[in-house]
Amino acid sequence: MRIEHKAMAGTLESSDVMVTVEPAEQGIQLSITSPVIRQFGRAIKQTALETMERLGVIDAKVTIVDQGALDCTLKARLESAVYRSVGITENIPWGRDNV
Amino acid sequence: MKNSVGREIPRELIEQGWQPYQGKDAYNGTEFQKVGPKIKVADQGSEEKVLNSIEEAIRACGLKDGMTLSFHHHFRDGDYIVETVMREIVRLGFRDMKLACSSIGSAAPIVADCIETGVVTGLTTSGIRDRIGEAVSHGKLKDIAILRTHGGRIRAIEQGKIHIDVAFVGAPSCDAYGNASGKGGKSNCGSLSYAEIDVMYADQVVVITDTLVPFPNKPSHIEGIYVDYVVEVNEIGNPKKIASAAARMTTNPKDLMIAEDCVRVMRALPYFVDGFSFQTGVGGPSIATTIFLREHLKELGIKIGWIVGGVSTHMVNLMKEGLVGCIADVQDFDLGAIESLGTDPRHFDISVSEYANPFNKGAFINKLDFVILSALEIDTDFNVNVLTGSDGVLRGAAGGHPDTAACAKCCIIVTPLVRGRIPTVCDRVVTVTTAGDSIDVLVTDHGIAVNPLRQDLIKHLNAAGIEHVDIHTLRDKAYSIVGQPDDIQFEDRVVAIVEARDGTVMDVVRQVKPFSISED
Amino acid sequence: MISTDRKNRLRRSMMFLSAQRPNLIRDSYLFAPDSLIFDLEDAVAENQKDSARFSLYHAIKNIDYHGVERLVRINALDTPHWQEDIRVSVAAGIDGIRIAKCESAQDVHTVETAVAAAEEEFGRPIGSVLLMAALESPLAVLNALEISKASPRMFGIALSGGDFRRCMRTTGKGGGVDMFTARGLMVLSARAAGVQCFDTVYTDLDDLEGFEKETQLIKHMGFDGKSIVNPRQIKIVHKVFAPSQEEIQEAERVMIAIRENAEKGIGIFQMDGKMLDIAFMEGAERTIALAKASGLYKGDL
Repeated sequence: MRIEHKAMAGTLESSDVMVTVEPAEQGIQLSITSPVIRQFGRAIKQTALETMERLGVIDAKVTIVDQGALDCTLKARLESAVYRSVGITENIPWGRDNV
Repeated sequence: MKNSVGREIPRELIEQGWQPYQGKDAYNGTEFQKVGPKIKVADQGSEEKVLNSIEEAIRACGLKDGMTLSFHHHFRDGDYIVETVMREIVRLGFRDMKLACSSIGSAAPIVADCIETGVVTGLTTSGIRDRIGEAVSHGKLKDIAILRTHGGRIRAIEQGKIHIDVAFVGAPSCDAYGNASGKGGKSNCGSLSYAEIDVMYADQVVVITDTLVPFPNKPSHIEGIYVDYVVEVNEIGNPKKIASAAARMTTNPKDLMIAEDCVRVMRALPYFVDGFSFQTGVGGPSIATTIFLREHLKELGIKIGWIVGGVSTHMVNLMKEGLVGCIADVQDFDLGAIESLGTDPRHFDISVSEYANPFNKGAFINKLDFVILSALEIDTDFNVNVLTGSDGVLRGAAGGHPDTAACAKCCIIVTPLVRGRIPTVCDRVVTVTTAGDSIDVLVTDHGIAVNPLRQDLIKHLNAAGIEHVDIHTLRDKAYSIVGQPDDIQFEDRVVAIVEARDGTVMDVVRQVKPFSISED
Repeated sequence: MISTDRKNRLRRSMMFLSAQRPNLIRDSYLFAPDSLIFDLEDAVAENQKDSARFSLYHAIKNIDYHGVERLVRINALDTPHWQEDIRVSVAAGIDGIRIAKCESAQDVHTVETAVAAAEEEFGRPIGSVLLMAALESPLAVLNALEISKASPRMFGIALSGGDFRRCMRTTGKGGGVDMFTARGLMVLSARAAGVQCFDTVYTDLDDLEGFEKETQLIKHMGFDGKSIVNPRQIKIVHKVFAPSQEEIQEAERVMIAIRENAEKGIGIFQMDGKMLDIAFMEGAERTIALAKASGLYKGDL
């Protein structure tokens, strides 16, 4: 998928994570802030990169403002932001490679 | 060298004379000679000790670079005393000061500045938070900070390990001759227990108050015989932050669930009989535990003999209902507790030595049945961390946690299994503040675990049909929810020593390493 | 093939939670309600419907709900959302769907068709996703019987008091008299159709006494359970629905006696001067099941 315009998902509530995706030129540019970055920064980065790869996103600026979200919430917000950026809200291919 | 909780004690510390922690009862039978302060005898012709300003008091004390100043934390986040005194210290150009605080909260950011600029180079405290914790954890303090328990601090003072040159004592009311009270002023805090021993051992004592009252201000918590100078200021603190209207009962359903299980555990144990003793704090599950006790006490027709420690309105209410015999108070958390202290003869204050000092002839907590405590982390050996956050930075307080846990017949830790993405139950706590040999039961929202050292308790819980699991099961559960955390990376440099209550080394805190997610 | 065990499971407490709120979806099962209802409807703002579906999908896929039933309240059929709600629910593997604002048997059929298509699309066994209907208007209540009987997937109907009261132009200050006929009609219809019946939520969270009173009322009317909005209400519902010690002992004796007599080939017999036969078995079994769920029965049955 090609990121077409800036899109966000998630909130700044505790246990949530706010994800912003924006168009970019060269690969995935990742920015992560998290209160648990020392213990889970690596895991957050890995989930973010894997999710982008799974969704076929090659170029994007991805900003993650984490509030202690579990991995399943992070995935949900990442996917939600990417699908919003391409304007798709229906007929999501649930359970296929790209979700 | 490793201590008995498996923590490596750096060789330099051993060479400096520090001993490794060897278990909670290792100091039994110790004998030692107490130290005494230097006394400047009062001028018999002078009927007043009042000076016009803090600057005058500092000059009168003959303060010098390198001296040790003590402060109490009864005004909690509403404290203006530390800020006011340290501002003068900075203005007058002093350097290399050592602070000996019973605890220090978010109320004195100036201390963090002083650490950065070298005005303060030494620190001992039981609690350390916010910018001060950051400064120490990032290696800004010249000396190694020493984190002491409430009981251990008194021991260190009486052994001469902490020598207080000047104690600055904030007091809600005081007379011109130094009789000071935690009540009777504009910003009352109730008891002044954390200052009571300081004034007996400090070479000089300055009371700072915003309410000067006629002599004699009796009953007093601080006696004038220990006080050199009295200074009146406009405000000693922010009353709204010193005492809340009432420590609030939680409506968080998880806290309530944990508290209910905690009371079920207590009730299943043989200590839960008429006249038992009890202590807890003001965290969500702790207050709920206090409240849930009511119906069980009534149902069984028994009462709590005495409560000790920090006091909230909820405890006072139980006493008023006749469900608690008396309250031995060292700190008051809300207006109800402050109002009751000394007004009701069953509610009295005790010094922190009487409360928790391990090196006297017997403190209250030696006779304690139950203590309910919280934890930031607890590992599979039941070691508890209440000092360092998940980022490795100092942001907590040992307080009376290690003291009461070591002494109570049953110490119950109440905590959610996971906070945000932080697993509370883990393989290895970042910092050991309270040794696993002191912790008996862990109650979480995902289940109960009992320390295998306490087979007797396990038997009683089994008999009562209370389910419990191995603590490793809870750790696995926590990791299955949040994932396995990476270890926090530290520099080699030791920035703080976590001193066990007997003066040995429980653990050390190292400088945090700058963190970045590496490009790989 | 639709499992009757799954349809008839115990549903004393059915707790709503917003499918969009991470701090709710991560551990609401801890409070041990019988069912969780992940809400995609009223609890989710109009511009977050898409995001809530991703949240729901990954929650169901990743979080172990420890045997608590997982239902989804989908958006009403007059919205643009309900079809995608059904797709994500079925794909994620939820146990059942609560149809919001269900007015007629036709509404059930509409949902059923979409659910079957989703089961096919996502490779779930046909018929595996159960249905229940929320009746929120006078017309819906009057159609309770046809709705209850509309599909073999249907396991129950629930009153939704807020919308119902709005339609009835009542305030709820009359102690529930405004809903009396609706409740009576619904529980009759549900029993006639052989499905369960659930009462509406009680929104005054601080009035636990009023909540308990209402729960007692609906239990005595024959309801199977209650929709709830806060974990603090769960224990109260379970307490109200817990059978007494006498009821448990009686049920245990009835079950044992019917079994023993059946082995001897006796179909009808007397116990304590009362005639008993196999028809008493179901009630006794339900009492024992309730007792077990309430932690009151540790026997062998």
